Amino acid sequence: MKWRILPLFLGLCLLLAGCAADSGNPTPELTSVYIQNKGSDTIVNLALAWAERYQTLRPDVRLSVTGGGSGTGITSLINGTVDIANASRAIKPEEIKAAEANGIEPVEHVIARDAIAVIVNPQNPVDELTLDQISRIYRGEITNWKEVGGEDRPIVRLSRETNSGTHVYFLEAVVRLGNSNDKTIFSPLTLLLPSSEGIISEVASNPNAIGYDGLGYVTDEVKMIAVSRGKDQPYVLPSIQSVNDQSYPIARDLYMYSRQDSSQAVLDYLEWILSAEAQQIVADLGFVPVQTAQ
Amino acid sequence: MLPTWVSCLFRPPNENDCMIEQTPRERPINLLVKASGYSSILFVILILFFLLREGLPAVASADLSSLFGTIWYPIEGYYGIWPLLFGSIIVTITAILIAIPLGIGTSLYISEVAPVWIKNILKPIIEILAGLPSVVLGFIGIQVAAPLLREGLNLPTGLSGLTGAILLAFIATPTVVSISEDALNTVPASYRQAALALGATRWQTLWNITLPAAKSGVLTAVMLGIGRAIGETMAVMMVTGNAPVMPHGLDAIFLPIRTMTATIASEMGEVATGSPHYQVLFFIGIILFLFSLTINVVASWVSTRGLKRSERSLS
Repeated sequence: MKWRILPLFLGLCLLLAGCAADSGNPTPELTSVYIQNKGSDTIVNLALAWAERYQTLRPDVRLSVTGGGSGTGITSLINGTVDIANASRAIKPEEIKAAEANGIEPVEHVIARDAIAVIVNPQNPVDELTLDQISRIYRGEITNWKEVGGEDRPIVRLSRETNSGTHVYFLEAVVRLGNSNDKTIFSPLTLLLPSSEGIISEVASNPNAIGYDGLGYVTDEVKMIAVSRGKDQPYVLPSIQSVNDQSYPIARDLYMYSRQDSSQAVLDYLEWILSAEAQQIVADLGFVPVQTAQ
Repeated sequence: MLPTWVSCLFRPPNENDCMIEQTPRERPINLLVKASGYSSILFVILILFFLLREGLPAVASADLSSLFGTIWYPIEGYYGIWPLLFGSIIVTITAILIAIPLGIGTSLYISEVAPVWIKNILKPIIEILAGLPSVVLGFIGIQVAAPLLREGLNLPTGLSGLTGAILLAFIATPTVVSISEDALNTVPASYRQAALALGATRWQTLWNITLPAAKSGVLTAVMLGIGRAIGETMAVMMVTGNAPVMPHGLDAIFLPIRTMTATIASEMGEVATGSPHYQVLFFIGIILFLFSLTINVVASWVSTRGLKRSERSLS
């Protein structure tokens, strides 16, 4: 009985070997490589699109992409459970220290740029705000829309949870206006929502709400605010163009972190991400490419 | 005539015909059952030990003035747990104030008033409600309850403690209903017959005889409902807005609130093992553990105390 299966098994082996040889794959290893990629919820859709395209180019590489927030991704890199961490903020010095204590040296890669859109309900008549006004709204100093030229309505502030890189970036660049000595924090009345979609859906249904989200997440159900650096400066709407010419003030780099001793497969993938093909996907998803396509 | 083993279930085990001798084949099964019984005690002790080991250092590492402050913003080192504690308490109390009348009323209706065919429809439906994943309820809360409450009560936002409390009430009600209905069913029919024979109306019988007779079971149901509500995570995280506001009055229920469970759930993923933030999250876990321990101890105290009294009255 047992021996009757053997030819079948051998045939299967030959078939599989044949397939692998046919794919014309330059790597000497026939076994598939597994890359774990985790972190920022801002980047997760982009990372998924990249992973899907890359797997059609390199069938031997298997990518697993999960979100959870930049802090979560970097913590996983520090703990050695992922190969690449996605982050929408730069790694903090104490995180580098923690990684080095675990024998991991993080390497930074800027993989795209992102504008953070400040969004309100389409019913809200307010169209433009200065950075200072947005900062004072989130500090809790401005509490009614009429103070910034809107209707007499209370302002409901929405933010991502503290494990989000977008939250940290917004705190530093907008709430504190880039002043690193400033220790102001978000007003305790700020609602901390667990997802980007949660912010969009609350802003879309609540005329009192103000929120912020990566440009790639903004839908037609909400209205983007034109932002200026100061009172007499121009008010600019976020777009790929206004990020590239640096006229839109709330834009940031998006990162991937790998470890110094990464495998060749990880290095190849990171190199491909900066190629024209991969950066085209960046633009397709509403982010800003880091290298213009040749 | 009932088989021996069935009648033995209803008799004290020291009666001679019920003593069943253990055969060699039964011994391993006996051991297995015993082991699974004891293992649950062991697990509780291990969980408690783990919680204390990870959480107690928080008292030392995040200094006490910060731990018992009123600001919760862990990424800048503010670890004030009061807003979270009050948030959980306010949401739970409101939820239970909704769930008690709803739950006890439903159980009274099902066990005392409803005709059999309605009972046969209602009971399975309530059991389905008990099995509904809380994330589904949370989704309904975001899409339906929050906008309705915002417009109906003219609140700044529908993502408030009240929305969370209403969802929690829906989560706690099935627990209250099924346990208090069981308690009502154990009230001997002779109590009701006696009351009706003495000329009491159906309502008088129900309110003055049946419900007080089942009091211990109903109180247990309420305590377990509270336990169910305070431990719930997903639904409250989705609809309460998670703003760690220090409440200043009873109107806090209409404002966004952050509960202890939602805080642990949303922040545990990002913390580095052993950091002060990690320890404070476990410290919150200890507080939650103490809450549910207290609730369970009170529940079992209430039910055993009631049992003794009914035993007294029967003797």
